[in-house]
Amino acid sequence: MASENRDVRIGVFVCECGLNIAGSLDCEEVRQYAEGLADVVVSVRNRYTCSDPGQQEIKRHIIEHRLNRVIVASCSPRLHEPTFRQCVAEVGLNPYLMEMANIREQCSWVHLHDWQGATRKAKDVVSMAVARARFLEPQEEAEIPVKKAALVIGGGIAGIQAALDLADAGHQVYLVEKQPSIGGLMAQLDKTYPTMDCSI
Amino acid sequence: MMDVGRHPRIKLLAYSEVEHVSGYVGNFNVKVRKKARYVDEKECNSCGECEQVCPVVKPDEFQMGFSSRRAIYKPFPQAVPSAYVLNEEDCLGTNPIVCGKCQERCEKKCIDYDMQDEVIDLEVGVIVVAVGMDVFDPTHLDEYGYTRYENVITSLEFERLISAGGPTEGHLIRPTDGKVPRKIGFIQCVGSRMEKRGNPYCSNICCMNTIKDSLLLKDHYPDVDVNVFYIDIRAFGKGFEDLYRRSKEEGVRYVRGLPGDIAEDPVTNNLIVTVENTTTGRVERHEMDLVVLSTGATPRTDSDLVQRLLTLSRTSDGFFLEAHPKLRPVDASTKGVFFAGCAEAPKDIKDSVTQASAAAARATIILNSGKIHAEAITSMVDVSKCTACELCTRVCPYRAITSDRRTKTPATVVEAACAGCGSCGAECAFGAITMRHFSDEQIYAQIDAVLVENPGDKMLVFACNWCSYAGADFAGTSRLQYPPTSRVIRTMCSGRVDEKFVIHAFKLGAALVLISGCHYSDCHYIDANRSTQRRVDRLWDKLERKGIRPERLQLEWISAAEGQKFAKTMRELDEMRMAVTAQEIEHTRKVLASERTNRSHVQVS
Repeated sequence: MASENRDVRIGVFVCECGLNIAGSLDCEEVRQYAEGLADVVVSVRNRYTCSDPGQQEIKRHIIEHRLNRVIVASCSPRLHEPTFRQCVAEVGLNPYLMEMANIREQCSWVHLHDWQGATRKAKDVVSMAVARARFLEPQEEAEIPVKKAALVIGGGIAGIQAALDLADAGHQVYLVEKQPSIGGLMAQLDKTYPTMDCSI
Repeated sequence: MMDVGRHPRIKLLAYSEVEHVSGYVGNFNVKVRKKARYVDEKECNSCGECEQVCPVVKPDEFQMGFSSRRAIYKPFPQAVPSAYVLNEEDCLGTNPIVCGKCQERCEKKCIDYDMQDEVIDLEVGVIVVAVGMDVFDPTHLDEYGYTRYENVITSLEFERLISAGGPTEGHLIRPTDGKVPRKIGFIQCVGSRMEKRGNPYCSNICCMNTIKDSLLLKDHYPDVDVNVFYIDIRAFGKGFEDLYRRSKEEGVRYVRGLPGDIAEDPVTNNLIVTVENTTTGRVERHEMDLVVLSTGATPRTDSDLVQRLLTLSRTSDGFFLEAHPKLRPVDASTKGVFFAGCAEAPKDIKDSVTQASAAAARATIILNSGKIHAEAITSMVDVSKCTACELCTRVCPYRAITSDRRTKTPATVVEAACAGCGSCGAECAFGAITMRHFSDEQIYAQIDAVLVENPGDKMLVFACNWCSYAGADFAGTSRLQYPPTSRVIRTMCSGRVDEKFVIHAFKLGAALVLISGCHYSDCHYIDANRSTQRRVDRLWDKLERKGIRPERLQLEWISAAEGQKFAKTMRELDEMRMAVTAQEIEHTRKVLASERTNRSHVQVS
């Protein structure tokens, strides 16, 4: 069971994304709110967090403040999670200790005309990410060796082609066919469209 | 085919079947049974002496029964491996006292009646499933009289009759009198696009196959009268429309309408085809010498076995389900398994070859890398809490968990096979399973953070990473507006959402909770979202029993493309949220106060 880590040092990076976020909600208010949350050591506002200067700033703060959790409040993790995971990993933080708070796709862009509501929601989204981050643990992707051989089940045209390609790529292939000969249904056809040539 | 036979890196195991598969991506252990062929595959030089002395005569399957073969035979002249096979069931007996003629005749001594089945163990990193398709059996479509009238044949039978390698050496004759038919009718969609008596899907290949056959006929017999009865002609591929146009230019007649009845003239054995021509709106009768049923494609009858061996899924039409219909069309949901050809859906030769090359390329990525990164988001069992109840093993879509209730063997997770949906974690009633990166504590902490202030003003939304969360993102990129009252918690799969999370949220005063996931056929974890449905059903019952309106828990399937639906759902649910009164929320808090939600931490605010 994971337990709450008491020496958590969280850095929050609030992205304005130009006006994409800053145009619909109060980024400074969100930054200040984050600063007041427990375990948050530093809270920063960036114009574009995903840009090189933005990433450099994250790295600098990780080192300066000995951060062991990073929250990026910006776009969807489906867009930039790999970017920021790599960013924190470059200064030695486990990538799974970076958490994103989606305040663009699921906040500023869908509440364009409700400054207060969007700001309130963004604060909640950041607070959720901070709460979650306290319990984040480093994760490792184990490496598993691969047996360098392929099994192809079925020796019709598809199985034949797959087996040939795999074998030509240099791999050992086992082609298993139920019938006494390969060829499958294709072998029973006379001519084949669209070129009208013989099937065998 | 020849290339396979002589490729130094392909070991061909013909007349063989996969019996057992264990292991996981990169490390599959496979048992293959190589059936006794009774003929030494390597020594046989296909001289054919054996077959000349064999006294057993059987219908030749390759020629669709239009000619015969012996008990010892070669499937077709170009067969690979180029060797004879003795069919044990047809043979008079592999005891030389009973017959033994073939063994006596074989000069090279290739025939061995004592040959046994051989079980071969293989270790492979990847598996390509290319099991192909079966052809629809039109016997039960009584109106076409396939078994009553000899001159009604299937398209595959027609292939053999027009083939130079066929029983008639390519001279098309009709079965009743051996004469060249002058009027031929093709009936399309036999078994395809039939909701009740066939298959609802389009078989993809039959229109073009008939167009090809019509051109072959016009080439061999320019005077022949060819009629095609159809619903629509689907000639969508590259060069297909040209062939269709050529066929029409050569005089092939296309009649829009499927025949309702075929009757036979008892004297001439000609076939009277009755059809409503939907272009003219008139009922027509056509007298044909030969009718060809353009039969559709069906999933292989032995698909169940392959499905079980490799933990695959199938769509409602019975073909194998790919990991994603657009973005991962050749990957199976089981890692390291790929599809090629008609196993996944009916397709023609070009598409089969294309998919096979794609499957080989995808498989090569794994083989070339030499090692694979296992998913970090996997489940972990605390053996001291596990009661070996087997609930987790039952919900795991990947069979990645083993445990045994009888021997009290606690659950263990094969991490390489675990894809990280989290269904097991949600199912475990003893808190013995932790999902890495989506642990109970992490999710509880998010719920607490949302509901610590003004919980009644908010809706808690659980969204799966692949579909619903992506759908919410899509609403954003489309700038679809909805009220700012929702708070989204992302899980990898809706199957991760534990009943306790929902109860906990209501205990804290949430007005409304939504669980959203992929549509059934889109689940990125095979069918883990069916566990979601079961849990929500249970929760609805429970809420009702406790006097809480079940409507306050909502379930929606929202795909990555359904930004509109996400926004609409948010708008509708916010209306519902506003109808939830403070008294109602207070009542819920009281009713659920005694419910344990296994929350093991204290919120730091």
